[in-house]
Amino acid sequence: MFEKEKLESIRASVKEYRERLEAQVKKRPERQAEFVTDSGIEIKTLYTPEDIAELDYERDLGFPGSYPFTRGVQPNMYRGRLWTMRQYAGFGTAEETNARFRYLLEQGQTGLSVAFDLPTQIGYDSDHPLARGEVGKVGVAIDSLEDMETLFEGIPLDKVSTSMTINSPAAILLAMYIAVAEKQGVTPDKLNGTIQNDILKEYIARGTYIFPPGPSMRLITDVFAYCSKNVPNWNTISISGYHIREAGSTAVQEVAFTLADGIAYVQAAIDAGLNVDDFAPRLSFFFNAHLNFFEEIAKFRAARRLWAKIMKERFGAKNPRSWMLRFHTQTAGCSLTAQQPMVNIMRTAFEALSAVLGGTQSLHTNSYDEALALPSDESVLIALRTQQVIGYEIGVADTVDPLGGSYYIESLTNEIEEKAMAYIKKIDELGGAPEAIEFMQKEIKDSAYRYQMDIESGKKVVIGINKFQMEYEKPKNLLKVDPAVAERQTAKLRALRERRDNQKVKQVLNNLREAASTKENLMPLFIDAVKAYATLGEICDTLREVFGEYRQQIVF
Amino acid sequence: MSERPIRVLVAKPGLDGHDRGAKVIAQALRDAGMEVIYTGLRQTPEQIVEAALQEDVQVVGLSILSGAHMHLFPAVVEGLRAQGADDILVVGGGIIPDEDIPLLKEAGIAEIFGPGTPTTEIIRFIREEVAKRAQKEEGKQ
Repeated sequence: MFEKEKLESIRASVKEYRERLEAQVKKRPERQAEFVTDSGIEIKTLYTPEDIAELDYERDLGFPGSYPFTRGVQPNMYRGRLWTMRQYAGFGTAEETNARFRYLLEQGQTGLSVAFDLPTQIGYDSDHPLARGEVGKVGVAIDSLEDMETLFEGIPLDKVSTSMTINSPAAILLAMYIAVAEKQGVTPDKLNGTIQNDILKEYIARGTYIFPPGPSMRLITDVFAYCSKNVPNWNTISISGYHIREAGSTAVQEVAFTLADGIAYVQAAIDAGLNVDDFAPRLSFFFNAHLNFFEEIAKFRAARRLWAKIMKERFGAKNPRSWMLRFHTQTAGCSLTAQQPMVNIMRTAFEALSAVLGGTQSLHTNSYDEALALPSDESVLIALRTQQVIGYEIGVADTVDPLGGSYYIESLTNEIEEKAMAYIKKIDELGGAPEAIEFMQKEIKDSAYRYQMDIESGKKVVIGINKFQMEYEKPKNLLKVDPAVAERQTAKLRALRERRDNQKVKQVLNNLREAASTKENLMPLFIDAVKAYATLGEICDTLREVFGEYRQQIVF
Repeated sequence: MSERPIRVLVAKPGLDGHDRGAKVIAQALRDAGMEVIYTGLRQTPEQIVEAALQEDVQVVGLSILSGAHMHLFPAVVEGLRAQGADDILVVGGGIIPDEDIPLLKEAGIAEIFGPGTPTTEIIRFIREEVAKRAQKEEGKQ
C-alpha cells in the first residue's frame, strides 16, 4: 500500500514515537495493564502504515461490489437503499403476531421476521406433553397451515420479504409459506425471504435440534435443490453466527465457526450432486453485533473477505454472486442488562452502528427490556427508531465503508481473518463442522466462562453490573403472554383435526414416510402434506420414525 | 461433620436450548470445589427429580429463559417432595419476571438468581443454605 522508502521513514519515526511513549507511560501509567479486544487480540496504542504495510489495496480490499467484497457487496451500498429494518417478532397466537406485524409495517419496518415458539421449532404440536408451559412464549405457535394463513392475513406476500427463524423443521414451514402464497395468488417465484435452516449451529449453540446430522443435512440440501428451481429469490439458509456468539463465543470464533458451518453446507450440497453456482448465490449469513465496536466492524469485513476466498478458491464457484457474503445482523441480546435497562438503548445503538459500518444487509435492534421479558410495543418502537436515526439522521450511510483504510480497522480485519482461518483449518483436520461440534462447544463454553470471570473480577466493565450501580425503576408495561394462549391453541388444533379430511392426511403422511427412506427430494411431499392440513407435529413425527432423534453429547 | 463436597445437579427443564448460563454456573460451582452434574437440555421435571435422587445431590439448580418456569420449577419441587427428598435445596435462574418470584418461593424454590448475578453470590448462598440444612439434620439425630 505504501512506497518502500516512505515506509522506512515511517518505521523510523514510529521507533522515535515509541521512545516518547515509553517515557510518558513511565511518568503516567496507563489505565489498564493491557488493552485487548473481546477476542483477546492485543490493541496497540497507535496504528500506523507500518501495521498494514503488506496490505495490497486491489487484492485485499478492492471495490465494494467486487471480489473479495471487503468493502461491501454492492457498489454504492446504502446510498441506493438503506439496509432492511427487520425486527424479529412473534408471540402468542397467529392472530396476535399478525397484529404486531401490521403495526411494525405501519411504523416503517421494511421486512418481517417471524419468531416461533419452542414447540414449533422442535416440531411438536401445541398439545404435546413437552409443549406444556411453552406454547406461544418465545414466539408464535404454528401447528398447521391454518395458523400460517392467519399469521399472514392481509399481508401481501409478493410485497414483503419474510425471514423465519426456524431450523430443524425449516423445510416444512417454507412449504406452508409457499402454500399460503398460493392461496393469495402469489406464485413461488415472487417470494422473497429467508429461512434460517441452519442445523449445525443448533447442535453447537442453540439446542433446538430434532433429527441427527445426516438427515438434517439432507433436508437442507433438499431445500437448496427445490428452491434453485422453484423459489429462485428465496434465501435458502441463513448460516448463523448469532447464536454461537450469544452462547459465549468471541468475535473470532463467531466468524470461524459460522464459516466452517457454511463450508459443511456447501460441501453437502455438492456431494448431493448440485452445482455450486446453482445454490451458492442464495446462501445468506446472520451475525451478532456485540459491544467491542471496532472489532465488530472488522469482523464483518473479515468474514466477507474470507467467505469470498473460500467460495472462489476452495469450491471453484464462478458466479460473483456465489462469492458474496450477504448478512443480517442482530444486536447482542447477551450484552443487555436487567439493571438500569434504559442504558440498553445506548448499547444497542452502538452495536447497530457497528453493523452498519460493517456493511450489513438487514438489521434487528434489540429492545431495552429484553433482559426482563419479551419486548413491548413501546420498547420495540424505540429499537426500530434507533435504526432509523442511524439511517436517516447521522450521515453514516452516505458513503461506502467509511472506515476502510483506517490503519486500525485494516490491521484488525487482517488479524481476525487470520485467526478465524486457523480455526477453520483445525475444524477441517477434525473432519469438518459436523464432526467438530463438541470441539466448538468446548471453545465457546471456555470463552463464555472467561467473559463472566472478567466481569466478576472487574477487568471488564459493565455499567450497572460491576460499576456505576444504582437503584433504578423497573420498566412498566412489560409484555406478558396470555396464559390462555395454550388452551386457545389446543382447542383450535382439536377442531382442525375433526374438520379436515383425515383419510387424506394419513395418505400424505404415508407418502412422506416412504419418500423419507429414499433419496427423493422431500419438499413437494411437505407441500402436499401441509395443504392437506397435516400438522407440524404429525409431519415431524413421521420423519422421527424414519430418521430418529439427535441425542446431545454433554460438554461442560 | 463430613468433608464431603457439596453435590449439585444443574438442570435445564423444558425445551429452551440456551444453556450458556447453566454451563457458566456449573463451571463456577465446580471451580468452587463442588461436585457438579449437568443434565443437558430438554429435561422433564420427572427426569430432573430422578437424576437428583440417583446422583444423591444436596442442591438442584434450574435454569430457564423461555418463560415456562411457572410450569416447570414447582413441578420439580413437588416431585422431590413426593419422593421424600424435600431436604434437597432447589434454586433457579434465568429470565424470571419479578412478580413470579414470590410465587416460586412459595412453591418451595429457595432463591431465584436473575441476570447479572455474580457466580460468587450463588456459591455463597448454596454453601450457607446447605450448612444450615446439615445443622438441622444433626439437630434431629
